[in-house]
Amino acid sequence: MKPNKERRRWGDREKRRQRGKNPLSLSPYLLVSVPLVFLLLFYFYPLASILTLSFAPEGHFSLASLGKLFSTSHYLETFWFTTWQAAVSTLLTVGLALPGAYVFARYDFPGKSLVQALTTVPFVLPTIVVALAFTALLGPRGLLNTGLTSLLGLERPPLDLQHTLAIILLAHVFYNYVLVLRIVGTMWSNLDPRLEEAARMLGASRWRAFRETTLPLLLPAIGAAAFLTFIFCFTSFGVVLVLGGSRFATLEVEIYRQTIHYLNLPLAAALSLIQILFTFGMMVAYTRLQARATLPLELRARRVTQHQPRRWREWLVVVANVGLMLALLVTPLAALVERSLTLSTAGGASISFYRQLFENPRSSAFYVPPVAAVRNSVGFALATTALSVALGLMAAAALDNRGGGTACPGCRQARKPALQRLLDPILMLPLGTSAVTLGLGYIVALDEPPLNLRTSPLLVVLAHTLVALPFVVRSVLPALRSIQPQLREAAALLSASPWRVWREVDLPIVARAVLVGAVFAFTISMGEFGATSLIARPERPTMPIAIYRFLGRPGAANYGQALAMSTLLMLVCTVGFLAIERFRVGEVGEF
Amino acid sequence: MKRIIMIALIGLLALTACGPGPAAPTVTPVPTTPPDTPTPVPSAPRQVRVMTHDSFDISEETIAAFEEQHDATVEILQAGDAGVVLNQAILSVDNPLADVLYGVDSTLLSRALDAGIFEPYESPVLAEIPDRLELDDQHRALPVDYGNVCLNYDKGWFAAQGLAPPANLEDLVKPEYKGLTVVENAATSSPGLAFLLATIGHFGETGDYTYLDYWADLRDNDVLVTEGWEDAYWGQFTYGSGGEGERPIVVSYASSPPVEVYFAEEPFDEAPTAAVVSDGSCFRQIEFVGILRGAQNRELAEAWVDFMLGTIFQKDIPLHMFMFPANEQAALPEVFAKFAVVPEHPAEVDYAAIEANREAWIEAWTETVLR
Repeated sequence: MKPNKERRRWGDREKRRQRGKNPLSLSPYLLVSVPLVFLLLFYFYPLASILTLSFAPEGHFSLASLGKLFSTSHYLETFWFTTWQAAVSTLLTVGLALPGAYVFARYDFPGKSLVQALTTVPFVLPTIVVALAFTALLGPRGLLNTGLTSLLGLERPPLDLQHTLAIILLAHVFYNYVLVLRIVGTMWSNLDPRLEEAARMLGASRWRAFRETTLPLLLPAIGAAAFLTFIFCFTSFGVVLVLGGSRFATLEVEIYRQTIHYLNLPLAAALSLIQILFTFGMMVAYTRLQARATLPLELRARRVTQHQPRRWREWLVVVANVGLMLALLVTPLAALVERSLTLSTAGGASISFYRQLFENPRSSAFYVPPVAAVRNSVGFALATTALSVALGLMAAAALDNRGGGTACPGCRQARKPALQRLLDPILMLPLGTSAVTLGLGYIVALDEPPLNLRTSPLLVVLAHTLVALPFVVRSVLPALRSIQPQLREAAALLSASPWRVWREVDLPIVARAVLVGAVFAFTISMGEFGATSLIARPERPTMPIAIYRFLGRPGAANYGQALAMSTLLMLVCTVGFLAIERFRVGEVGEF
Repeated sequence: MKRIIMIALIGLLALTACGPGPAAPTVTPVPTTPPDTPTPVPSAPRQVRVMTHDSFDISEETIAAFEEQHDATVEILQAGDAGVVLNQAILSVDNPLADVLYGVDSTLLSRALDAGIFEPYESPVLAEIPDRLELDDQHRALPVDYGNVCLNYDKGWFAAQGLAPPANLEDLVKPEYKGLTVVENAATSSPGLAFLLATIGHFGETGDYTYLDYWADLRDNDVLVTEGWEDAYWGQFTYGSGGEGERPIVVSYASSPPVEVYFAEEPFDEAPTAAVVSDGSCFRQIEFVGILRGAQNRELAEAWVDFMLGTIFQKDIPLHMFMFPANEQAALPEVFAKFAVVPEHPAEVDYAAIEANREAWIEAWTETVLR
């Protein structure tokens, strides 16, 4: 195999012939403009408004209040902690999830799609609920400590994880494991296993075969997943606050404090800007790496790449990884379900909290029937999914446009139009932006017709889409970039219209990746709490909002109903994921 | 300037909309759900818009009573906690989101008044409200309800250990109470800040033993600090967590014990928890309502404020918001009358001093307790 030579040849041919053949290269600017206008209106404009107001409240810029930023080492330390904890969390997540991705990519085993759906559930759970589940499992009187204490005959609980860095890292793995599992797993499942087999036959060791054939091909997907994980941990708010306790603070925590508690807008804006610029810098570096690392590939259908585990060693690998997923991701979920059933009675289980969800004994005007909460959440989530997949496909297609030669490693990046080169990093910016800052930006900016959206439920969908869009793009782009240009050329030579080329060549190949993106968009919207809670909204509560409302007051019935509602949220999401997995457009999803 | 940016953006949007755009489907994200009750009819000629925090709650009948009396609809806009709502109101002062804002509490009052978001309104119903609750003599912010942030303890735990429950703030630093207390972070939690203010009011900032000395002692006595009330109460408090927590003393509200009774699975003869209400150990949070400057319908906004202070609304407050009604003519529900204890002399801190010193106090507290 001589991939380099191959690639160069493809690149040259592409330069000569391809320009103008791909519909998406016909109109890169048009494709770029739709997501770009979306971002301009609902990201840059609100952000610019709030930053202007923060830095120049009287119309002239004043940086006097920023002195505090440099007068103590506190903010520098916060930045440093934010960065390294995110880096360590990312390494841990990737390290633990890669073997899982391998198992999901190469083996077919009973219960696989259920395990896959369950591993996605953590992503939607509100932090406070996860914190309670972790306390139930790992707290001083949690299951693990009680078990160890009686097993080993100890006097004190052996594990003290409460308010430690370890539990922050564990929670970050808990939340982000699925990112690596899905993004890398999807790519891996489309790789031709014969590549590695060939290397083995030529005498390479198992490790060398992986390192020199599979790993390089997987790198773009690993990079995408790691990057998203990093940004999530970098902007971590609830996990650090609740599980880490008060001794740890990330930039996001500082931004919240400065904004909400002190109304120190200049300082909050400066911190926000630092966070955004850092994300942007990371993104630019990452985009360059990724564009170079991506090769066109011959993707294989799943039925070719996957098989049932046969020998005992294969079974061992599968069982070990599924066991890890169950222990790490599913036991906290199980603990929540268990508590929702047993909290109300001394022994045995009862569904009384579930029954109470359907009752409104005080005829509260703000009572949320569970059906309405589910409907609101699912409605927002479907709208978010539709909008972010549509925008994400356009953005990914524009980014993939090879008119300038992304896929030709021999040529320089500079050939790509500047706008297009910047689009990728720009699309990721909302992920690195504080919800508090953007939320206030909406209040300041979107207050006049025709964009008088401050109290519109539409704003919830727009805010969710901003966060979901990067996931769709990151999921789709590696697959889109791996399409061999000859396929498109061949189709074009057979006089297919550009649209038809896209539909019959590109779409079938990226369909699975689009599904993964759709799952993420749905998930993000279902679980989103921070931004939603900051938007002034007429009564239309989502499930996470309802959970927080129950948890906000004393009384066992409220705690129990919060747990019951959390269980319902998990259930709805699991069903949603299974449904999306089954969703097929003809033969399309079969890849 | 803003207008120019907007027009430019709209122009850009129009341009792209006209072009022979890509064939990808354009989606109009219309929320799929019809409005739930009690949503005001958008076409109704008279509407009062009330912005408030996420803890706001009241019964359907009460809202319906107002809507009937005034032939108008009420739209409630909720967003985050009291701090978030106030900041939104301040940032939108020139083009307010609503007519009325409810939920500014005594710790945030001077920020609201300094920002000039409220118009004065001397409601006739104020005559029924005790003077001690009225903090603004210009009647820009009118008291609706109040609650006290106090220490709560788990009665059963102390009975089982044969230890006397704490009677005041000083008890918490004694050796026999080592490792028993959980408090909320004053920098991130509203009851946490209120409790810090109680210690400031009680111990003072100067003298032999200041509030910071007290907190240093509390830290030595192994106090646990959590981010918010939820984690403290449900995760760490022995009673609230159902046995997983290790701390029998928690910072909560004086109304928490009756609420525990009200929401218990089995009926109680006495509350399972109790509040410490000795002199100077609690902090009183008063919640205010005010008419926002630039309210669209001043007359209806006044009617709503009168209504909130009147007995129909006031007697509905305890079981929906777990606060005490400001209007003393409003009868308390039985569970409150029977189980609630109101501290007679909460700690005193001047509300104007709170906004002026908030950051310095919280920084000093953080330095003493957490770093």
